[in-house]
Amino acid sequence: MGEDVNILEELDRVQQKGLDALASVQNEADLQAWRTAHLGRSAPVMLAFTRLGQISKEMRPAVGQKANQVKVALETALEARAEVVKNASLRQKLDTEQLDVTLPGRRPTLGRLHPAAQALSEIIHIFEEMGFQEYRSPEVETDEVNFELLNIPAHHPARDMWDTFHTTVPGTILRTHTSPGQIHAMRELCPKPIRVILPGMVYRYEQTNASHEMQFNQVELLAVGKNITLGDLKGTIEGFARRMFGETVRVRMRPSYFPFTEPSADVVMECFVCDSKGCQVCKYSGWLEIAGCGMLHPVVLQNGGYDPAVYSGFAAGLGPERIALLKYQVDDIRNFWQNDIRFLEQF
Amino acid sequence: MKVPLSWLKEYVDIDLSLIELSDVLTMAGLEVEDVLLVGLPNPYEQAGAPQRREVSIHGLSWDPEKLVVAQIDEVMPHPNADRLVLCRLNDGTGELVVLTGAPNLFEYKGIGPLAKPLKVAYAREGARLYDGHQPGLVLTTLKRTKIRGVDSFSMVCSEKELGISEEHEGIIILDDNAPTGMPLVEYMGDAVLEVNILPNMIRNASLVGIAREVAALTRKPLRKPQTSLPANGPSIAGKARIQITDPQLNARFVLGMLEGAEQRPSPYRVQLRLRLAGMRPINAVVDATNYVMLEIGQPLHAFDYDVLVKRAGGQTPTIITRAAHPGEKLTTLDGAVRKLDDFTVLVCDTAGALSLAGVMGGLESEITPATRNILLEGATWNFVNTRRTIFSQKLSSEAGYRFSRGVHPALSSEGVKLCLLRMAEWSGGVIYSDLVDEYPLPAADVKAEISTGDVKRLLGIELAADEIAALLGRLEFACRVEGDTVFVQTPPHRMDIGTGVIGRADLAEEVARIYGYDRIPSTYMAEELPEARIRRPIQVEKLVRETLARLGLQEVINYRLTSPEREARLTAAQPEAAQPASITIKNPLSPERSVMRRSLLAAVLDTLEKNARLRDRLALFEVGPVFLPVEGQPLPDEAPRLAMAMTGVRRTDAWDSHDAAQLDFYDLKGVVEALLDSLHIGNVSYAPAEHPAFHPGKSTQVSANGVVLGVLGELHPQVKARYDFLAPAVLAAEFDLAALVEASASRYEIQPVPVFPPVLEDLALIVDESVLAVDVEAAIRQGGGKLLTEVRLFDIFRGEQIGAGKKSLAYALSYQAADHTLSPGEANQIRQRILRRVEQAVGAQLRS
Repeated sequence: MGEDVNILEELDRVQQKGLDALASVQNEADLQAWRTAHLGRSAPVMLAFTRLGQISKEMRPAVGQKANQVKVALETALEARAEVVKNASLRQKLDTEQLDVTLPGRRPTLGRLHPAAQALSEIIHIFEEMGFQEYRSPEVETDEVNFELLNIPAHHPARDMWDTFHTTVPGTILRTHTSPGQIHAMRELCPKPIRVILPGMVYRYEQTNASHEMQFNQVELLAVGKNITLGDLKGTIEGFARRMFGETVRVRMRPSYFPFTEPSADVVMECFVCDSKGCQVCKYSGWLEIAGCGMLHPVVLQNGGYDPAVYSGFAAGLGPERIALLKYQVDDIRNFWQNDIRFLEQF
Repeated sequence: MKVPLSWLKEYVDIDLSLIELSDVLTMAGLEVEDVLLVGLPNPYEQAGAPQRREVSIHGLSWDPEKLVVAQIDEVMPHPNADRLVLCRLNDGTGELVVLTGAPNLFEYKGIGPLAKPLKVAYAREGARLYDGHQPGLVLTTLKRTKIRGVDSFSMVCSEKELGISEEHEGIIILDDNAPTGMPLVEYMGDAVLEVNILPNMIRNASLVGIAREVAALTRKPLRKPQTSLPANGPSIAGKARIQITDPQLNARFVLGMLEGAEQRPSPYRVQLRLRLAGMRPINAVVDATNYVMLEIGQPLHAFDYDVLVKRAGGQTPTIITRAAHPGEKLTTLDGAVRKLDDFTVLVCDTAGALSLAGVMGGLESEITPATRNILLEGATWNFVNTRRTIFSQKLSSEAGYRFSRGVHPALSSEGVKLCLLRMAEWSGGVIYSDLVDEYPLPAADVKAEISTGDVKRLLGIELAADEIAALLGRLEFACRVEGDTVFVQTPPHRMDIGTGVIGRADLAEEVARIYGYDRIPSTYMAEELPEARIRRPIQVEKLVRETLARLGLQEVINYRLTSPEREARLTAAQPEAAQPASITIKNPLSPERSVMRRSLLAAVLDTLEKNARLRDRLALFEVGPVFLPVEGQPLPDEAPRLAMAMTGVRRTDAWDSHDAAQLDFYDLKGVVEALLDSLHIGNVSYAPAEHPAFHPGKSTQVSANGVVLGVLGELHPQVKARYDFLAPAVLAAEFDLAALVEASASRYEIQPVPVFPPVLEDLALIVDESVLAVDVEAAIRQGGGKLLTEVRLFDIFRGEQIGAGKKSLAYALSYQAADHTLSPGEANQIRQRILRRVEQAVGAQLRS
């Protein structure tokens, strides 16, 4: 009987010894060794179970119960310790895994669209939102469509406004502006109302320099309907400028001259570079020219098939490269078609 | 057009500042490009020098304290220098001695006190001036110094020093009535506005024209110069005759006459105005013609009457206007002998040509120091002929500039009369009281109309008919209001107003200009929206460009103009082959840009070459048209193309990996496959390509449903050798964008994501070396049928184990059914079918 009581005390000691030993366990390997020693097959508490048969019947439940408590206590302690050891070893592992995060990453190759194409599509996108659809027309044109049908007869003083590349085919030229697209669009769509943008490359017989190119993009805007006014033109251009350059930008229309519009106007916009305070980009004037525009000339409407007494409309022309030049402060327009990769990769 | 402010103020009162005036003009379509100060203070400096300057104002402001009108009472020799004189001068505060080297004072040297003192522009010590001895405009401050032993602390000024002109040969001698002691800026300080005259506003290429606009815009009266000739002069009858051969070329010709003119310089005030307006003073007679041209816009020409009489053999001269005869020549005022075209119009007499009508006078009948009697021409010339003559003769003049844009015939007589008055005032002489006036083709009396509805419809503003009439009236339109319509008579100085519906638009512009574009409210179109149209080519083009950029290619955009030689590099493998025709430029800027491109690939390869040494890896593409002439058509086929080119290493070096593997055929093919995939182009096949630019064994023609889309491959070594490429291979492709659009599917079906797991299996098949992968895969797919859902080639092996002339292709296969999990038995059946099929089709054996 006394011996059996000693067993209970023994078990208490086993528990205490186990817990004491566990407290100094620091790693996974020691944890395994501790498990073998204290919860393994030949651990004292496990032996206590195998020896239960040798215990007196009266004491057996008490000893069994005690052994069980000790086992659970050791197991619980082990779990808790295991968590601590795992966290510690993880912390230690993380401490040794320090990358130099300032080393460069491995980049996939990024392709880009050409800056002129980016500017063009930004403009097109804005006008599409405003209800204009893209329409294309040829780059090699007849003198008739490029000039005469646009109210610019041969020897008209206005012809000085466009230096022209002629081809060896008489009467065939490289279009000097996107305006001939007005005639094509009107003749195709007449008598329906029209709201189109005509983007594309145009050509000028002009020595190239930092601000002049022999080839550049234009975006022509064309609206034809029964009640379209100069106020509508102003509103449309303002709407564009606000979307392109910011909500607060102020736009002004000044009278100008184009043979195919009447009234005609130049559009100037407050300089977005200096906030209209005066800078090199706006030549200290506070204003930037962004477009030429006007109400369709009756002759042009007529040539497009529309009765100018019933229909009216407007046209406007913008230069995407010029807008990109201003926006990114590129100092030389020739960069666009030089296609130097060091230029293109910056957009 | 250079507009001196003081001159402008002669015709209209201006109480605006220079900045305000510039803005008012600019906002009415008369853009003030810049303002040159000639004495007047700079309004921006007065306003604290803001950074923003809406109009560029530059030039010299004259300090009223330091620059004054002075009088020279005596010119004395310099004691130590022959080329200098000493002036006894009064600047209004007292007498001074001023030293100068001005040659135009030498005639007064040593003649004692002058009976009539010389009025000069006098600069005191500390005055800011341009340095007369340095080229260009260099600002300097007048400092006290000693020249050849004589104190010098001030000076008398030349035009250059005051910023009037480049003239530095002598000092300015002012008109006698200049008040001694008056600040120079007050006496003659000015500002010159550079106004850009639009092609349809030639009526404003004159001081009165600009003044009329200012008057209309600021609601001030316009003071037009008086043009009535004194009635007491002799009559021109019998002095000259006019014969107009073709009224279409010469609608009006007017002659006036002045007898007994003295050849002398114009008053300084006139010379100054001409200089500020950009013309060179000559003498009083010629100056008067130029002055009146600038004043009202009518170019004029003065003949030496006695020369004409002599040429007519002592008879009454007859002025004949006609087109030039074939081979006719004329020596013009500038001394050039000019061979004339049949469209050139001449002013002649019975002895021959006198001048190029409306462009430049002839040498023989010009005004000389001996001229006393002047026959003055004012005429109207056909603007087309004038314009053609200017281009053909490469001859520009102030007269030609105006006539080539159209001068109203009403100005012919006004110009002659005004000029005779000016001439008589400045050179003396007696004005004949009448004119010889031939006017066979009177200007159309243009009557136009505009209604309140037109204004509303075109401008979007509501104006009453009376308001419209008032706005137009300010520009001298004679208006009559009837109900909602304003009936308008065009004033006799403008030819830009049409009739009918064109007139309505023309008048609407004038209403808008005077009303103010700024005051027109912005609106958005209330018009119905047009129907939307499908724009498949535009959508696909966009998708192609965006996909290629996503795949890591850089877009380029090249000049469409190129040279046949550049394009011929691509066909180097067949150097003898005749080049096809291109759209050729008649007036190229350079031989390098003389034709419209036929090949987009050639353009992209040029760009690739240019950048090849800048990057280890380059991959470029371009989308755009090529221009293919069409037999019998004026316009070419503008065929849209896609070209790609890449070269260099597959992966650029990283700090921990250095992979030297080069881009090859399969890299570009992979890009093409991904592109076609994104366009949902199915049933793609690859056949050997026959294209002179490509390596015959490393290129392929790509088709979809039997339609050729394009070609891709490695450049032919001979073609590559024509370029400067270091890398071993250049990959290139050219596609027909229209074919891609056609082949791309706008609608396609999506397969459901499988619910049941696949059976995965690898099969290695041994085939002869000559067997194509595409045929093996086709046989596998035929054998596998619908349950074979994926075939992926993952390895190719060659070696002794499988025998010479053989290769082993290893495929990863997936078998899958939509409605159940395949049993091992079913999978085995599929495998057996595949093996049978590949053996039959391509002689493949399972590698064990």
